[in-house]
Amino acid sequence: MRHGFRRILVANRGEIAARIIRTCQRLGIETVLTVSDADAGSLPARLADAVIRIGPASPASSYLNADAVAGAAVAAGADAVHPGYGFGSENPRLARACAAAGVVFIGPEAATLEAAGDKLAAREHAVAAGLPVLPEGADAGFPVLVKAAGGGGGRGLRVVRDPASLAAAVTLASAEAEAAFGDPRVYLERYVSPARHVEVQLLGDGERVIHLGDRDCSVQRRYQKLIEEAPAPLLSAPLRDGLHEAAVTLGTRLRYRGAGTVEFLVDAASEAFYFLEVNARIQVEHPVTEAVTGLDLVAEQIAIAEGRPLRLAQDDVTITGHAIECRVNAEDPARDFTPSPGTVRRAVFPAGVRVDTHIQAGSTVPPQYDSLLAKIIARGGDRAGALARLSAALDRCEIDGVATNLRTQQMLLAGAEFARGGVDTGYLERRLAGETAVPVRANSGASRG
Amino acid sequence: MDLTNEDVADILALLDSLPYDELDLRTPRFRLTLRRAADGGWTEESRVLSEPVSVPQSPNGSPPDSGSPPDSGISDISEMSDMGDGEAAEGGEAAGGLVAVTAPLPGTFYRAPRPGAPPFVEVGDLVREDTVVAIVETMKLMNSVPAGTRGRVARICLANAEFAARGATLVLIESEPS
Repeated sequence: MRHGFRRILVANRGEIAARIIRTCQRLGIETVLTVSDADAGSLPARLADAVIRIGPASPASSYLNADAVAGAAVAAGADAVHPGYGFGSENPRLARACAAAGVVFIGPEAATLEAAGDKLAAREHAVAAGLPVLPEGADAGFPVLVKAAGGGGGRGLRVVRDPASLAAAVTLASAEAEAAFGDPRVYLERYVSPARHVEVQLLGDGERVIHLGDRDCSVQRRYQKLIEEAPAPLLSAPLRDGLHEAAVTLGTRLRYRGAGTVEFLVDAASEAFYFLEVNARIQVEHPVTEAVTGLDLVAEQIAIAEGRPLRLAQDDVTITGHAIECRVNAEDPARDFTPSPGTVRRAVFPAGVRVDTHIQAGSTVPPQYDSLLAKIIARGGDRAGALARLSAALDRCEIDGVATNLRTQQMLLAGAEFARGGVDTGYLERRLAGETAVPVRANSGASRG
Repeated sequence: MDLTNEDVADILALLDSLPYDELDLRTPRFRLTLRRAADGGWTEESRVLSEPVSVPQSPNGSPPDSGSPPDSGISDISEMSDMGDGEAAEGGEAAGGLVAVTAPLPGTFYRAPRPGAPPFVEVGDLVREDTVVAIVETMKLMNSVPAGTRGRVARICLANAEFAARGATLVLIESEPS
């Protein structure tokens, strides 16, 4: 039996670090933030009660270093480590290093991270739990998606349209996967298009698992989500119930502990759905679920990690209204979304809606980390209300010093197809093709996570 | 402690009933400027001014401000910073017929497509305009860097995984007329 945490080490950076610190402050828990040299003066560093340096800017020698993070937790006298998303959040080594150091890892058990983090293992669990999966390997047919077994966050995916180009694509994907994830294994799954990306938020205490409804994350560019909403629009009641039940069944099988997400691909035409992957951590888009459930997911994560049973039964969870989130990234739409690191001169955000950010005037946006600057989340009584509030909020947003994708986001929200709801994952490319006079340049680089 | 979104919402509710269009609030710890926008909504420009409080070296679980000295160096695992966002002089070393291949963006310089793989080029290699000589990783995106000129690799100017400022010279190429 554990009691309440007194001090938490926030082992992350960026907007999620600021967001975790705010919940800790509300709960009266002290925060110590790990910072690399690049982040020593960041907004989260100013918000935390204290900061502890864990290494140089390069993520491999700082935020990804499990031993350094566990060591920092001990040095800081922290009771627990919140890993946020990305970095060490799904690394079983970090969970074990924390356990060895006598510090609570705020997340699932190391064994669950192993089962969920390996996509092939997760797929086997999904099959065993009776979830529908896409045809794999020789049964996949064409077009086919080459996926990295060790991948995540949409990284390490590659579509192959015909058998002739398969061998070369597999070789390349395997090399990329080894470079990005240290794991060269790839596998093939049928590529379904048009399709929607719908996911279900889970909370579990190791005994009992409940869901907090669904989110639609179909507006993506190269598998990176840009706009998310809750609940997913225009799903039939049987389809929605089926998704929720499938996610809870898988979570129960994994004896899931903490917050997690089960991602599905929904065939827009047939209403069939397929298991994609499990994200065993808090997700970037969690605020839309918070907006429609009234819950604080980070607070629930902390309560579960403190050893408490779930504070909610399934019937306690009600979905009210609709919420949409836009990611504001430091990317230049005029230059094929080239990353735009630099120094923020001015940051004006809409007031009256939720803004999760780590930038203010004078903030550095270092080239070593991802490009997410802020998330703007609007809630409404219905989807049209949320959309109108978000569109108006983006009009009041102004960031100088680094290029951002704000105008692209406004254009995406303004589309009639988006207003109708239920767009598929091809929506963004269609809108870009329709809006840009200049041809979109060929991809000059593969992403890595 | 700074203002939460809820605090700002409460302030806005007050402001909406008042005839003012701007609120500028300054304390030693933060600055908050709220302005009424053209559409009747509000904008927020805030800055947290508090300086970060450094390194609680407290292996015994004492409070962060106990001021106990560093002990094991466990929190300081690195030797030097690889941070840098300054701009390097572009193509500055292009003297003596050498052409500089520069970083298109600030980022991490990689000589090979993946760890353990042979480098893209070695000194003495012949390259064409489109020969990839390096990768620069910026914000998790891998950007291939082509030679941009025909010639022979004269020098590789950075170590693998070293940070390159925008415009920093990565590789020098001895031009050969085509």
